Amino acid sequence: MTKSNNRMMAATLVGALALAAPAAWAAAGQPVPWQMNLQDPVTPVAEFIDWFIDYLHIGMFLISGFVLALLIYVMVKFNAKANPVPSKTTHHVGIEIAWTVIPILILVAIAIPSFRLLYLQRNIPTADITIKAIGNPGWNWTYEYPDLGVDSEGAAKVSFTASVLPEDKAKAESRPYLLAADTPVIVPVNKIVKMIITSDPAGIIHAWTIPSFGMKIDAIPGRLNEDWFQATQEGIYYGQCSELCGKNHAFMPIEVHVVSDADYNAWAEKVKTAGIEEATKFIAELQATKARQKLASN
Amino acid sequence: MATTHAAHHDDHSHADPTGWRRYVYSTNHKDIGTMYLWFAIISGVLGGLLSVFMRIELQEPGIQIFHGLAQIVYGVPEAAAIDNGKHMYNVFVTGHALLMIFFMVMPAMIGGFGNWFVPLMIGAPDMAFPRMNNISFWLLVPAVSLLLISMFVEGPSGMMGVGGGWTIYPPLSTTGQPGPAMDFAILALHLAGASSILGAINFITTIFNMRAPGMTLHKMPLFVWAILVTVFLLLLSLPVLAGAITMLLTDRNFGTSFFEASSGGDPMLFQHLFWFFGHPEVYILILPGFGIISQIVSTFSKKPVFGYLGMAYAMVAIGVVGFIVWAHHMYTVGMDADTQAYFIAATMIIAVPTGVKIFSWIATMWGGSIEFKAPMVWAIGFIFLFTVGGVTGVVLANAGVDRSLHDTYYVVAHFHYVLSLGAVFAIFAGWYYWFPKMYGYMYSERIAHLHFWVTFVGVNLVFFPQHFLGLAGMPRRYVDYPEVFAGWNFVSSMGSYLSAFGVLIFLYGVFSAFARKVPAGDNPWGEYAATLEWTLPSPPPFHQFNTLPVIK
Repeated sequence: MTKSNNRMMAATLVGALALAAPAAWAAAGQPVPWQMNLQDPVTPVAEFIDWFIDYLHIGMFLISGFVLALLIYVMVKFNAKANPVPSKTTHHVGIEIAWTVIPILILVAIAIPSFRLLYLQRNIPTADITIKAIGNPGWNWTYEYPDLGVDSEGAAKVSFTASVLPEDKAKAESRPYLLAADTPVIVPVNKIVKMIITSDPAGIIHAWTIPSFGMKIDAIPGRLNEDWFQATQEGIYYGQCSELCGKNHAFMPIEVHVVSDADYNAWAEKVKTAGIEEATKFIAELQATKARQKLASN
Repeated sequence: MATTHAAHHDDHSHADPTGWRRYVYSTNHKDIGTMYLWFAIISGVLGGLLSVFMRIELQEPGIQIFHGLAQIVYGVPEAAAIDNGKHMYNVFVTGHALLMIFFMVMPAMIGGFGNWFVPLMIGAPDMAFPRMNNISFWLLVPAVSLLLISMFVEGPSGMMGVGGGWTIYPPLSTTGQPGPAMDFAILALHLAGASSILGAINFITTIFNMRAPGMTLHKMPLFVWAILVTVFLLLLSLPVLAGAITMLLTDRNFGTSFFEASSGGDPMLFQHLFWFFGHPEVYILILPGFGIISQIVSTFSKKPVFGYLGMAYAMVAIGVVGFIVWAHHMYTVGMDADTQAYFIAATMIIAVPTGVKIFSWIATMWGGSIEFKAPMVWAIGFIFLFTVGGVTGVVLANAGVDRSLHDTYYVVAHFHYVLSLGAVFAIFAGWYYWFPKMYGYMYSERIAHLHFWVTFVGVNLVFFPQHFLGLAGMPRRYVDYPEVFAGWNFVSSMGSYLSAFGVLIFLYGVFSAFARKVPAGDNPWGEYAATLEWTLPSPPPFHQFNTLPVIK
């Protein structure tokens, strides 16, 4: 359960995988087969969660191990053969105080980092860019970029809908089916991105998440939720709808590309002038070129 | 009480009813308890079947069987099979949860063991309201029928059944599924809720008023304490659920908009109401198990329970605090940070009385002379597996971490460790403990042990890998998943088949016990089975304690 175990396991598996699949954007941003721990963190919040969950799991592993050890001890030491005459002890004030007070101390040791993490997540810093995501009744997401201009009625000029990339297409492009979306969300690296999350007023509740960002928040009709992330590594990150929303709940993935400032600006320009389809093609080509360069330089 | 009892006997000329009348008209707590237990076994098998279908579906990525099932069961055309199959999976998820919670664990623990043994343990001739006891049970039959019928009437347009999860959050349960299936499910919950509320009133009255002379509250067996706390939780939480689902019903059918955002309502309100019930509900499922385990650990360690008062008041504390932690199920809805901080703190506090219970069980065993009879083996299994489920609960209590784990398989693993491996192990422990008392026959110890080991390995194979899936990010309630999650899902499915085989062993064990008819004797467990039920013959007479026992 500890990280080192998992990292070793993940490394072996990724190594084995790398031979098979020439994926330029390997592990970060998506799960790997037989994974046993969180996806690699790429935001300050996710890094905190990653550390904190290891901290918790080590503690919980020790507690469960302690209980198991006690159980084994009493089973060996105090079974009917080993100890034919049972004791009559039914009280021991000291030990009863100990097993009340020590757990309280453990909980305090958990609560302190827990509150720090909570306030890091929920005190939303000043945004560099804002993106609105809307969960749709048709099991896809609409994204709006109000920073890239609004029309006279206040609606964002850049707005597009992202659905699941169909299975055959995903196979053809060797992208992960049920994780990949037909249109990715593009965000600049190292910038604070504020997400405004809601659901279509006539729709149902969904939840928007990217595990690598340590972020998950419900999209609720009639309610504007906000959350933030600051991705520190370029790459492709995937998430999946995380609130039961009907028959296609498993089929509304979330795909975010974290790109350099320059690429983001180029994409923004493209989407404003030529539309989202051209811009998506543009960013895909850009990434394919970079991947080839990276492979060549290796 | 004596007068009512006499009158009742005069009416019926002392004739004990026989045949179907004995059960349908029953006012006898032991017969009603037996009906509850068999009802729970049937519901458990049904709910288990649903889960096996789910695990077959999830054994590999892609949609494996549900499109075919939809064609076979609902006769949908091939073109619509995939869509219907996806919905049908959600119907199975919902049906599995509702059957297991309302029609398996609750009837087994409260209706079954509670009915059977609370009056016996406190030295009472029967429950306080025997006729109400009858209606409590018989309300469950239409309730489960409505739930089963809901699987065969329209939910979302063109599809059958309720696919909203047991949480039935609106708007998925209102505009999302306009067909009558949801109404059937709501009415099923209403009836099951009414049944439980009546049962709760009955238990409270019985325990407060019908204890034998000398049986003070602080001398009551811990199982009775557990049931007492449980029924208070039922009495206080179920009306909130009833209110919430009534509002859902009127939103759906009578044009109200309690939960309809576009008309000024709030979908969040339902979640708060639901979990105000839902969180106490999970303690309702486990508290009677705590009581059962306490009796068993004491009996087979040949020692009185360690820290009796601490054990009793730990359950009271868990019950009280259980009412003020509900929003930890809702960390991702966008609550204020300070609110979340409160719910983190309150939730973690529950770990303290729970820890007291775990350590007190171990302290009861400490210095004992432990005999590893079947009930004890199940009880020890319970203690360890409940601990594992408990510590992941402490992990999930932290809103910051829950951000990553909410609605993933980690949560599924957590609550199955405390329920499927906690509550269910406690039920089996209780079954093997009290079966000789209830039926007068001894079961095969060998089959009971085999049942334990197969189940122990099986359920751990099902649920331990689900921690990994959840950490890796696999959301729950998914009919299909990305290929990378295939490995652990395969392991989990294999465990499910093994667990199902365990159920067959259980049923065979029951069958063989009735076939072999080995008499158990009044008290097969020895002098440390010191509660009053063991002073009676096995099975106990139709009416017991005509002369009340006196507890010194």
